[in-house]
Order: sequence, then structure tokens, then C-alpha cells
Amino acid sequence: MLGLSKKDAGLLAIVAFLCIFAPFLLNPFPEGSAMAQFNAGYPDLMQRLVIFGIFAIGFNILFGLTGYLSFGHAAFLGVGSYAAIWMMKLLTMNVVPAIFVSVLVAGLFSLLVGWISLRRSGIYFSILTLAFAQMSYALAYSVLTPITGGETGLQPKYTDPRILDGALPAGQSPRANLFGLDMKATTELRLGDWVFTFNAGYYIAAATMLLAFYLSIRIFRSPLGMMLRAVKSNQQRMNYTGLNSKPYTLAAFVISGMYAGLAGGLLVAMDTQVGAERMFWTASGEVVLMTILGGAGTLIGPVLGAGFIKYMENIVSKINETVLEQWFAFLPDGLSDAMVAIVYPFVGKGWHLTLGLLFMMVVIFLPGGLVEGGQRIGRLFRSKKSEPETPDGKTTPAE
Amino acid sequence: MDAILLQILNGLDKGSAYALIALGLTLIFGTLGVVNFAHGALFMIGAFCAVTFSKLLNLSHTIVDDSRKDFLGNPMKIDVPYLHEFFGQAAGDVIIDWAVPLSILFAIPVMIGIGFAMERGLIKHFYKRPHADQILVTFGLAIVMAELIKYFYGANPIPTPAPAAFAGSFDFGALIGADPNTIIYPYWRLVYFCFAAVIIGAVFAFLQFTTFGMVVRAGMADRETVGLLGINIDKRFTVMFGIAAAVAGVAGVMYAPINSPNYNMGMDFLVLSFVVVVVGGMGSLPGAVLAGFLLGILESFASMAVVLEFIPGINQIIIYLVAIIILLTRPRGLMGRKGVMEE
Repeated sequence: MLGLSKKDAGLLAIVAFLCIFAPFLLNPFPEGSAMAQFNAGYPDLMQRLVIFGIFAIGFNILFGLTGYLSFGHAAFLGVGSYAAIWMMKLLTMNVVPAIFVSVLVAGLFSLLVGWISLRRSGIYFSILTLAFAQMSYALAYSVLTPITGGETGLQPKYTDPRILDGALPAGQSPRANLFGLDMKATTELRLGDWVFTFNAGYYIAAATMLLAFYLSIRIFRSPLGMMLRAVKSNQQRMNYTGLNSKPYTLAAFVISGMYAGLAGGLLVAMDTQVGAERMFWTASGEVVLMTILGGAGTLIGPVLGAGFIKYMENIVSKINETVLEQWFAFLPDGLSDAMVAIVYPFVGKGWHLTLGLLFMMVVIFLPGGLVEGGQRIGRLFRSKKSEPETPDGKTTPAE
Repeated sequence: MDAILLQILNGLDKGSAYALIALGLTLIFGTLGVVNFAHGALFMIGAFCAVTFSKLLNLSHTIVDDSRKDFLGNPMKIDVPYLHEFFGQAAGDVIIDWAVPLSILFAIPVMIGIGFAMERGLIKHFYKRPHADQILVTFGLAIVMAELIKYFYGANPIPTPAPAAFAGSFDFGALIGADPNTIIYPYWRLVYFCFAAVIIGAVFAFLQFTTFGMVVRAGMADRETVGLLGINIDKRFTVMFGIAAAVAGVAGVMYAPINSPNYNMGMDFLVLSFVVVVVGGMGSLPGAVLAGFLLGILESFASMAVVLEFIPGINQIIIYLVAIIILLTRPRGLMGRKGVMEE
């Protein structure tokens, strides 16, 4: 089906199922119940889940396949975002040209950065990409203020030309749309106590992610993907066989840059504003975390990692002291206070502490990420007679 | 001429910080072969050692002074630091005033302890893992350290003043015969530079003139052979990790008066220090020091108004720009050795 093997088609179908029914799956608790704060089925978060999924899928094409660890991928996301918002300011609030141009511009920028950075490998490559990203960030913050809005960032204004849209009627704010379909258009479905939200923007982003995921499967299974994996396992041997690996790695770099640009464009389409902090190196670090946490080099890993981190970020950081006190209220007084005191540093504002610890644990004990964890659990349940098979497409960590 | 001299001086203190952190990074890389992304966090923890120590010195208890009244007419409550009771009023005040330099004594054992714990508890298990894994696990550790500090000390910068004796500025212009008040330079930055020079000299002397240092250098050159000679090189490398952590720590302690410590300062310095290490050449100690000072001075030159008029924004990107050019033209960095970290 669609040129995929049965297994890959199954994987794609699972992801498609998850995307389509996300508003149900992420809202398992009835409204107003004590567990309602674990619901993640609101449009803003669902959009972020899939958009950062795209970002991580793209990063995985570079890091997972070739083993080149880029520490500056947020720059492409940022450049894509700026390109998209300028399309919205100059041309039209329709998201199609914005996203198209954001992919194009990010692709061109990553071609330039990749062409220079890929002359080196290993830690030097990481530092070079980091240097480029920090330069973009610093420039966006200072000198390029006329283009980037500096510290204030950019958002669409009434006074923007918007050649295709024409002037807006008074009192109407410019909103991102897809041929008239407002990105914020939302329908709610009430079933008893449950409220499910269906958002146009989310489904557009999810459809884009499915497309991106499909493309990444095709890349993984293509001769190009094979070549990239060969680069990861032993680049020297590749060179000795007389093959120039640079065009292949550059292709991977540009593709992943375009994915980042796509994610940036979608972020703008959902929430029409951009700030330079989107390019800061912590943002680059975050996509690395997502990919590693999910499982670098696997197909579904980055999607899982991105979803997991964004979900936890939104949900864990909402837990505050009152909530904790409610949870531990069943314990005797002294004990419940102690539990609150122990757990409190890890939730709410301390979410990054949990993230850092979790990340260290994954790197130390589970270098293959969540996917490897799942496989290990699966192997426990499988009968010992069937020999352990390693599914293709899942390569060992980079050397 | 005055302006050039002033910029060189301005670059020295930042350059000293870069050089000290880069020195530690290179020590760790050269000995253990580990890329330590948590080194900036060690610098930050050093700065917070100064904060903690000055808080400790200011520990006080409240006494009620019946002879004085506050504005409500009640007997006045006065906080008296314990130090006043131990050493008397005058000596206690002097000790509190000198909190930052004194915290070096406090920071060195703390930092060496943290370094040992880090190496034995975590880094040890990553020698055989790829560099990417080392980068990632230390990156995670850096996040954890920064967040712990944020939890205990809050997110705001904590002002940590230098001793009153160094509060003023030094008129450098008068000394060399230029017009007075053209080249003035805060005393503490001068102290910082001298301090950095002493530390760097001490580390080099330790490596060059002691038997321990000789073994470590031999281990850096050929770890296996040294091991075959029956020397427990791992133990010595652990000590070097502790020393590298202490160097970063004291660099942070002395930097506290220049830049009020906050939990994020480590990350800011880390990114730049890595660039410094790469420019200097992976594994080369003199290269790290040289590149540290060079980039510090370059950065301050780039922020001159004349230069900014010519190329706007250059002060923000000069270091990265230099790093890119160096990496592409001199792949081993300024003073990199052959065969270290080459693909």
C-alpha cells in the first residue's frame, strides 16, 4: 500500500489512527473531575504535539540515520517561522503560501549551513551548527530587528499590505485561514460529562504530520536511507570504497532543515506570532531530547518523544502545591506533608528538573529510548522459542 | 591608542573566565576523553559557592537591645552575626566584607567533591560510549544542576559584592603617562585577571614539574602504555577531573562580583567555552588558554562604537564567526595536536 511494506503501512495506520482520534484519546477524563487536569485534548496543546512531532521526525532523518548530532536545528525552525509570518504580512493570511515559503527558505538556509558544517564531523559538526544557530539568534535579536522585530517579535497588523487579501473590514482582526477555513474554528462534542474539542488547525497540522511521517518512512526505506545508514556505521569505509558521502549527508541535512521549516511555518499558522527565542540553543536542545527520548533512528520514536515531552511539559508544569495536597490528603498528616515536600520540587516550575533527570536516565539505561523500552517489555512477554528479531530501520546508536 | 588599550583590558576579564573554563574542559577531554557539557554548570555552582559562603558568614541571631527603641517604642531588635561574637565587631565585619575571596577556601573542597562524585558516579560509565552519548548525558546533568540551583536559590541574580577595598576603579592612564581618567579599570577585574593567571600558572606547573603531573601527561599521550607499566592511571585521571572541576569552581567564585550569579550563567558560558576549546584545538592546554584570551579581547574590540558603526551587530557574533573560520581553515584549531578527536 502506497509503496510501503505491510509492517510500515501498519505503523502509518497506527499513527494516523492516533492523530485522527487524538481529541478522544487525550481527553479520557470527564470534565470537572479531579483527573481533568491530565486531559490534553485542547487545541493549543494538540497542535504543538503534532508540530513538534514533525520537527523531531525531521531531526531524526539527520541524527537517526547519519549520526550527525546537530545542536542548531532550532535556527531552521525560527527562519521558517519568520518566512511564514512575512508571507502573512505581505501576501495573504492563507496558510498555504506561508508554509510553502517557510519550507523553501528553511531549505535554502540549511543548504548554506549544511554545506559549511558538513566539512567536519563529530563534535566539530555539533559546535559548528551550534555556532550558526547562536549567530542567527543573536542577529535576530539585535541587528536584524527591522526584519525580525527584535525582542518584540512579529505579528500580523492591520496596516500590513496583504496584497491578495485586500483591506480588512473594520473591527476584524487578521486570522490565519486555509482558503477561508479559520485555523481557530472549533466544534465541541458533548457526551455526558465528556467534552471533546475538534479544531480545524489541529487537523490540518495532523494531516501535514502524517504526510511528513509517510515521507520519512519512504526515506528510511529508500537507497538514500541505506546510504545514510552506511555513513553512520562507518564513514571511513564508505570513503575508501571511493564514494563521496557528502552529497548524501547534505541531502539529509537539507531535508531535515526543511522539516524544521515546515514545523516553524505551522507554528505560525496556528499562532500568528514569532519571537527570536524560538531559535535559542535550548530550543535546539529540546528537539535532541525529543528524538533521543523516543528513540533515535527509529521511525515512530521521534513522534512518541515529541508527544511525551510536550504533554509532560504542559501537564506536569500545571501541577501546583494545592493539587499535590489533594493527592496526598488520604495519608496521615505528617506523611502527606512529607510527600508534598518531596514531590513538589519536581512539578510545576520544577518541570525542567524532572525532564533533565528523565533524560539522563534514558541516556544511561535506555539508549534506544522509549521504543527500545517497548521492545524490551515486548520481549519479556514473547515466548523464548522465537528468536529475537531486530526490525529493520532500527539501527544501533551512532559511533 | 587609549581606546585600544582600554579594549584589551576589557577583554582580559572575560577572556580570563573563558580561559579558565576552557582549561578545565580541555583537561577533562585530554585525560578522560570525555566531552563534558556540564562544565558550565560547574562554573555556575562555583559562583553559588560564593553566594552560600557569604550567606553562611552572615548567619545571625536576634538580640533585644533595651537601650534603643524602634519607631513603635518597643525595644529594638538587632540582628547580630555570630561572627561578631566570635571575633569581635571589627574583625567580624572584615571577614564578612572579604566573603568572596574567602569562599575560594570553601569552594575548592566542595568542587573537588562534586568532581569526584560526578566522575565516579556518572562519567566513568561513559568512557566506552560514543561522544554523542557523553554530550547528551552531561547536557542532561547540566539541566539538572541548573534546576537544582534554581530551586534552592530562586531564579533572580544574587548580587555578591567584592570586598570594599576593591570597590573603586584603577586609573590605568595615569600610570602609563596618558591623560588621567581616559583608561580606568575596576580593581576587581584586575584582581580577576591576576587570579586567573595564577591559577593557570599553577595548573601548568602542577602538570609540568610534579611526578603526578608527569604521569598524567604520559597518560594523556598514551593511556594504554602507562597502564601497562603498572600505574593506576584511572585514579590519577579522576583526580584531574576533580582539579578541573575546582578550576571551573574558583573561576565562578571570583566571577560572582563581576556578574551576579544566576542559575543560567553556566549555560551562557558553556557554549562560548566550547567554541573557545575548539578554536584553541581539542586537547591542547596552551591552545585553550590562548584562545580564551584572544576571543575575550576580540569580543571587546568588536563592541567598540567605531567597529559597530562599520559592521553593525558584529559584537554579537564575532566569536562564532571566528570559530567557523578557524574550524574550516585550521581543522585542528590554533594549537591542536595531531590525532586528537580527528574523524
